Amino acid sequence: MLNRLILGDNQFFGINHMSEERARAQAIQFQDDAAVIDVLDAAVAEGITGFMCTTHDRIARVAAHVRAHPGAYRDFVFYPAMPYAHKYANAVTEDGMLGALQRFVPGEGGVGRLMRGGLSLVRGDIDHLATVLVDAEMAMFDRLTTPVVFLQNNMVDLLLGLGAHDAFAIFDRHVRARYGAQAGYVTMNLPRLLPVLDRLGITDPIVCTSLNARGFRMGGGDAIGAALRRYRCRCIAMSVFASGALPADEAIAWVCAQPNVESIVFGASSGRHIRATRDLVEQHWGPLARATADA
Amino acid sequence: MVRIAVAGLGKMGIAHLAQIAQVDGVEIVGVCDPATYLLGLLRHQTDHPTFSDYRVMLDTAAPDAVVIATPSHLHVAMARAALERGIHVFCEKPLTLSPDDSAALVALAAARGLVNQVGYHHRFMGTFREIRRLLDAGVIGAISHASAEARGPVVLRDSGTTWRTRRAQGGGCLFDYATHPIDLLAWYLGEPRSVGGTALTRVFSRDTEDQVHATLFFDAGRTAQLTVDWSDESQRKMSTRVNIWGSHGHLYADRQEVRLFARRNANLPDGYRVGWNTRYITDLTEPVGFYIRGEEYAAQFEHFVARVAGRTLPALNDFASAAVTDRVLALLTANATAPRRSVAPAAAAAAPAAPARRRRSLFAR
Repeated sequence: MLNRLILGDNQFFGINHMSEERARAQAIQFQDDAAVIDVLDAAVAEGITGFMCTTHDRIARVAAHVRAHPGAYRDFVFYPAMPYAHKYANAVTEDGMLGALQRFVPGEGGVGRLMRGGLSLVRGDIDHLATVLVDAEMAMFDRLTTPVVFLQNNMVDLLLGLGAHDAFAIFDRHVRARYGAQAGYVTMNLPRLLPVLDRLGITDPIVCTSLNARGFRMGGGDAIGAALRRYRCRCIAMSVFASGALPADEAIAWVCAQPNVESIVFGASSGRHIRATRDLVEQHWGPLARATADA
Repeated sequence: MVRIAVAGLGKMGIAHLAQIAQVDGVEIVGVCDPATYLLGLLRHQTDHPTFSDYRVMLDTAAPDAVVIATPSHLHVAMARAALERGIHVFCEKPLTLSPDDSAALVALAAARGLVNQVGYHHRFMGTFREIRRLLDAGVIGAISHASAEARGPVVLRDSGTTWRTRRAQGGGCLFDYATHPIDLLAWYLGEPRSVGGTALTRVFSRDTEDQVHATLFFDAGRTAQLTVDWSDESQRKMSTRVNIWGSHGHLYADRQEVRLFARRNANLPDGYRVGWNTRYITDLTEPVGFYIRGEEYAAQFEHFVARVAGRTLPALNDFASAAVTDRVLALLTANATAPRRSVAPAAAAAAPAAPARRRRSLFAR
């Protein structure tokens, strides 16, 4: 099963959707890796052993720390979410689409074929390119536990918008085959994603989406509730506090009552904050299991 | 259905394609880019018809409207080609690189009665819209001064091989980044009468400026300070901030919050009080049909498509308003090279001697 409460990483990178000042304060607080690791340790001490993170360079260092201290992180699992979009967006700005691809795809293989293939690309080329990119992002989690590997919402929603649905199946196949993990999809557009995954035969998918009583950043609005009732899925709720716009107890009570919600990913900057969130969730879901996820 | 074509599959174009394709009632009838490998990817993974020639796409796909997201120097010819064929146009910013070209497009779109819009998405953000609403209500009284700032980590080293680094193609901080705060100032204060003290400063780029600093002068003695820097790594992503000072209070906005300090005599709308007020984006955002990078991108296309479909909505970000920004860009470019008064020799002699260090200004003479 999924960890019911999963620590997220937005706060470590100064990402706050409500206040630039708060975001800045967090960026300063967490500019040293030790401060990030302190919060992870506080989470572990409170029984929160799941960490959902982007594939940012700094996470590579956190992963190295966990790898170096197996005793301290025995039940610790990573839920990687890729790609770290800014890395690619900045590369595209500097060197264009092709330059960016050349920068991130090691060796000549995929990009060379892409250039030569042009309009006559074959399916294998695209599969190959996609899997090389996934493997590059996953390298930092070598020998660590990653029961679910997520495609970030920027990518999921871009592919969804383009109608490039096949990519979800490619990702699903590769993550299962190469990492023995389940594929997860972060999205801001759950009502449009679930029918697509259903058509692709990806049953009971793990999805992570904004879910809060305020309706903040919930693409499709009211259709989300209907989609959660209609399609079988395992939903991880994020932005449950609507970036702080909702009182914590009210926010947790609401989200714990939604259908198909198995888990909550939350941001926290201190042990006190982690404990408070855990206690609230336990009021609704009962004592949280300490077990690691199956794979 | 509204038949839409998209030109340009760069960073903006791909995101725009994904965004507008999900607006209710839209059918994508053509996508064009000169890069065949991108078209190949798209052909493989989606059902969208692809073209490598823009005019062929316009003539064979017969779209109702086109989204132009190509390098800025290509905008004018592409927008004109569409308008001449009776096709509505959404164009990325800046509209063109010359006020004359922009004026011609404004006239052509008006003569043909076609919907026209430019991608100044800040006007579709809840916080910046709230500022416009509060100004309309006269909350802070007579405006005396404003500041508009945009910062972000776009160019952080001396490299880059795309059109964004080439001034002649519309690259550079002025055309790419400064356009947003200039557009917001024009929205809030109207068209500036003149500009002064313009500094276009290089930090890393070889061919363009990385910072823009200037003063804008408006009627009734109002002024605004413009501070733009696309080489600021302390920002995680683009951050735009506006301050406006009036006789009855002070307004501040960024993409996430609005702050109003209202004096006792302020004309307050419902929900606001004398003293400090804060409103967050969580309360100022309307739900959108499909979210990719921000509600504002969805909202701008929902607005455009609704107008193309014939709904009567007030124009927002039309060519005429974007042309104001293009005129300001021309003023700033000219002002940056205008002669400046030097410090009097006597005063200069009195200053402590410092090693002569040539300022890395783009227009250093």
